[in-house]
Amino acid sequence: MTSTIDAPPEASPPSSTASLEGRTTAGDRAFRGLAVGAGCLIMVALAAVFLFLGLEGAPGVSADEQHYDGKGSFLGLVGPLVFGTTYAAVLALIIAVPFAIAIALFISHYAPRSIATPLGYVVDLLAAVPSVVFGLWGGLALGPAIRPLHGWLHDRLGWLPFFSAEPSATGRTLLTAGVVLAIMILPIITALCREIFSQTPTLHQEAALALGATRWEMIRYAVFPYARSGMVSAVMLGLGRALGETMAVAMVLSSTPLVTLTIIGSDNPRTIAAHIAQNYKETTPDKVAVLIACGLVLFAFTFGVNALARWIVGRSERRQRA
Amino acid sequence: MSTPAPTRPSVSPLEAPRLPRSAPAIVAAMAVALGALAWLLGTGPVTGLVIAAAAYLLVLPLWSAVVENRRAATDRLVTGLVWAAFGAALVPLLWLVWMVVDRGLSTINPQFLTYSMRSVIGDEQGGLYHALMGTLVITGVATLISVPVGVFAAIYLIEYGRGTRMSRAITFLVDVMTGIPSIVAGLFAFALFALFLGPGRFGLAGGVALTLLMIPTVVRSTEEMLKLVPDDLREASYALGVPKWRTIAKVVLPTSVAGIVTGVVLAISRVIGETAPLLVAAGFTNNLNLNPADGSMMTLPVFIYTQYTQSTEKGFAYAWGGALVLIAIVMVLNLAARLVGKILAPKTGR
Repeated sequence: MTSTIDAPPEASPPSSTASLEGRTTAGDRAFRGLAVGAGCLIMVALAAVFLFLGLEGAPGVSADEQHYDGKGSFLGLVGPLVFGTTYAAVLALIIAVPFAIAIALFISHYAPRSIATPLGYVVDLLAAVPSVVFGLWGGLALGPAIRPLHGWLHDRLGWLPFFSAEPSATGRTLLTAGVVLAIMILPIITALCREIFSQTPTLHQEAALALGATRWEMIRYAVFPYARSGMVSAVMLGLGRALGETMAVAMVLSSTPLVTLTIIGSDNPRTIAAHIAQNYKETTPDKVAVLIACGLVLFAFTFGVNALARWIVGRSERRQRA
Repeated sequence: MSTPAPTRPSVSPLEAPRLPRSAPAIVAAMAVALGALAWLLGTGPVTGLVIAAAAYLLVLPLWSAVVENRRAATDRLVTGLVWAAFGAALVPLLWLVWMVVDRGLSTINPQFLTYSMRSVIGDEQGGLYHALMGTLVITGVATLISVPVGVFAAIYLIEYGRGTRMSRAITFLVDVMTGIPSIVAGLFAFALFALFLGPGRFGLAGGVALTLLMIPTVVRSTEEMLKLVPDDLREASYALGVPKWRTIAKVVLPTSVAGIVTGVVLAISRVIGETAPLLVAAGFTNNLNLNPADGSMMTLPVFIYTQYTQSTEKGFAYAWGGALVLIAIVMVLNLAARLVGKILAPKTGR
């Protein structure tokens, strides 16, 4: 910033940038110290997260067999949990993404101006509804309500592996959990997509319309190409949120760590986060270590997904600048 | 009568035939009538709605394809789909809000708000006072730690360390922190205190867990706000010989205080509903506990969860009541954030 201030040519050259910003006083040093200290604290905190989770979790990888819920080894336990986590999150994405993109388009391009702004505000508010409330609603209202859907899917599409099992009598299935997760990540994906859609250059859109494109053709050929990387990263961030989400799954799903494709039966795969939440009362050091090790796996997983999302955004930004 | 009447008088050759402007409304009315008929014939309201939507999405594009062309038909189909998707997504959201308000209001009474669950057995009246207080204390602890750290870190990023390696590292780490799953933050706080003090759950650990989730939001929003302060203001201050720290404290921060406060309040409303980290780090109790350094501490989200897991009529009712109180707090915080943003916004001089 200081480089933008040019000293007049006849003046003596400034000895340091600090001289342009006035004298360096004791107050200045203290303030700078505080700011640097806060920055360092963040770095230390994150290092500490890794350190403590690593230290406390390391014994969990090779603990006694009895601590793995009858699965024998750490991999035997964490494998099905990773499967369950991914499966639930992908299910949620499949449901949420078409709706999220449609709602974002609705707010940015289809809705009348006068209701678009309040709608955007409502979507932001929904992102603030706590996950425990979604879990409560999913377990008590949505689950029982979509029980007929379970039966319908089983009757009509029972030959697919997803719907082959006998429909659960409680509605507390992976399908219900997936729908709840989808509703939870919907506002986030919608908000990000809406932002990107409305940033599409007006000239591109007007050029498309002037060439005789219908509104949908304008969106397809002017808006989507411009927004593609942003949409991908929005979906990835939604995926990251769905992977780490705990309470909605723990409250809706009755689950065990197992690998199964079926989403309407009463035996459902469990997610890592739900596994930790359902065993939170543990205080035996060995079992806690196993839980922490599971948490580390989840951390690494979501970190990978988020890093991928950032890389995609960064790549397209570099390309646009080039 | 000598001039021959033109064969197609109304359509100019430059204009393709179009559907009348009221075509969507006509088809929509017919579709609604069809859906209502199906409902009357005993299919249930949901199936009726689905039939109405399907009829609209089928008839209008077909009509358009016959009169106009395929491209216009596709456009009308997509418009219908976008409206339908929006309507479909509103259903669960309105349903959720209505359930919480309806069930919650029938539970809430003065006793519910001022009693704790201490030695409440069977159908005796209990309440969520202990959880409300616990939420205030734990969120307060988290705010007290994360606001100074977050704001000063943002000041470093914008005012001192622009473009340095350390600021790039901090930006990256803040990004990483945004993605920490909340339950992992809870495990971290538990592991941290377990290492030094032995395993145990108490309010302070919950506060530390929430801090970890709150700092990235505070840093991000503060950073954005500091970026908006024009450099002219800083340079004018330097030109008057004001030291840098006084420039930041007296010029930069007051200019951006509205946005910073809004960001902080929104961050609070985000973490106040966190359940999983508090379950792991702060535990649960039926008693009122105001000391964050000693013993388990109840919070509103954990109250909802434990009442839900009781699986009794009373437990469910209390969970809905807690949910209404929690949502009310979150909404009030959101509205407050916007109000504060308006009130504290810098005066433009007139």
